[in-house]
Amino acid sequence: MNVYVCVGSSCHLKGSYKIIELMKENIEKNNLEDKVSLSAAFCLGKCTTGVTIKVDDEIVCGVSPENFSEIFRKYIIERV
Amino acid sequence: MKGMIYVMMFDTSVQELKYKVLREVAKLAFDDRLEEGMLDIAKIIVPGPQPTMRCCIYKERAIVNERVKFAMNQGKTNNVIEVLPIACDECPVDGIQVSQACRGCIAHRCMNACPKDAIRIVDHKAVIDKTKCVECGRCLAACPYSAIVKNERPCVRACKPKAISIDENRCAKIDDEKCIACGACVYQCPFGAISDKSYILDTIDIIKNSDGNKSYNVHAVVAPSISGQFAVPLGKVVSGLKQLGFRSVMEAALGADMVAYKEASELVEKGFLTSSCCPAFVRYIETQFPEMKDKISHNLSPMAEIAKYMKKHEPNCKIVFIGPCTAKKMEAKKESVSPYIDNVITFEELQALFDARGISLEALENQPLDNASYFGRIFARSGGLADAVAQALKEMEIPDEVFKLNAVSCDGIDNCRTALLKAQKGVGTENFIEGMACIDGCIGGAACLTHGPKDRLAVDRYGKEAAEKTIRDSIYVLEL
Repeated sequence: MNVYVCVGSSCHLKGSYKIIELMKENIEKNNLEDKVSLSAAFCLGKCTTGVTIKVDDEIVCGVSPENFSEIFRKYIIERV
Repeated sequence: MKGMIYVMMFDTSVQELKYKVLREVAKLAFDDRLEEGMLDIAKIIVPGPQPTMRCCIYKERAIVNERVKFAMNQGKTNNVIEVLPIACDECPVDGIQVSQACRGCIAHRCMNACPKDAIRIVDHKAVIDKTKCVECGRCLAACPYSAIVKNERPCVRACKPKAISIDENRCAKIDDEKCIACGACVYQCPFGAISDKSYILDTIDIIKNSDGNKSYNVHAVVAPSISGQFAVPLGKVVSGLKQLGFRSVMEAALGADMVAYKEASELVEKGFLTSSCCPAFVRYIETQFPEMKDKISHNLSPMAEIAKYMKKHEPNCKIVFIGPCTAKKMEAKKESVSPYIDNVITFEELQALFDARGISLEALENQPLDNASYFGRIFARSGGLADAVAQALKEMEIPDEVFKLNAVSCDGIDNCRTALLKAQKGVGTENFIEGMACIDGCIGGAACLTHGPKDRLAVDRYGKEAAEKTIRDSIYVLEL
């Protein structure tokens, strides 16, 4: 599975760094290093609230430290 | 229109003419009408019946037609800088002359200063024997009335690597082996007879073929010197770029942050380096100081560094670098850079693309541009790179006993030459030469829309606006 975290200007200002940290932390915690490849994206064209990520071909907007666990479970753990 | 004041967005009318040609070529290319319309461009730009720049409208139009070719990257050489022979006014090349201001004084300082005994006093006035004169200029400096002048072609004077000579038809000629593509002659020729060739057609193709960023993403990487270039806030330029067809806009300054760290590590390891950010400076060393080639930093430039990172994460994307620099067009052809950079255009060319598409920046919303730190952003001006390397060493906690930075920042090839000569001879204590071919650094770039003291202030202000205060904060993306 390919997961992209947007590091474009909007998302960067809304906290891409925190989301990348959480991603790495959770991928490791769930032993998904072999199954999930984490990359950067350069603007996914959805500059709304929160950080935008892309899970394979699906774009997920508004990721924040608050909703991260839920999004990680729904889009990553349940799909790998 | 009555009451409207026309504000020129360029320093000179030569730049404006170049811009108009680019704009008309771009308009036609966007509409797929270039082949049928290119011959009409001259009449659009020179409507007549009165000439405004040259002897007659036919010469003006002939020059425009040659410029159209350059706008389409159709020149006779592979060098990105080329002479437009028809536009060259064959300026006089008399060299050192005694002017009417000679007062016929009795001190004759000019005669005493001449090391070649080339000055005699005839009827109380100084006369130069051209067979003896070596153009050293000492008489110029000696005359208290500034009565001795040096008639030098602006292109020859601008070209510090001495790549420009005069051919048998008195037209300027570029030695492509010596040319470092800095563009100084392009900006300095008062007749616009030397120009950089343009890759805007490639940019337009890349944008069109992306099918609205559906078949691949097109990303713009903008040089930090962009901060002072457009009369609107930078956020509106970001919006304009997206309207033009770019998916995202990234700061080359983030590449500069990456370079600062790598340069600092390489410095600690090797003990002495010359910077590799400015392609014209790198080429100057390669051609004029070949024995110092191994001292050039092995790092990619910020442009190439950020693009390499982006291509790693998105291999099928296309990247267009937008900057103030003609030499970047040459750099992009290098084997070490071409896999990452698909195209290079300048601020002049970007303005032409905006206007070809009728994009009015004032009306657009402000979008954020924030990828880099203060230090990456100030690379745009002389001294910025050295500051960033000092900061990187500090952040990396390199103690002075291990490596103590002693940098010299040189802007303009004359200053670079002095520093290189010193280093070559082993005199001087500097261990890092930051070299920028243009005066003031990139903000003095040949393809800037404007050049002035405000640009340095704009860069510093833009630097301070960065959300990230340290380099480490901005290069977290490398952890991916």
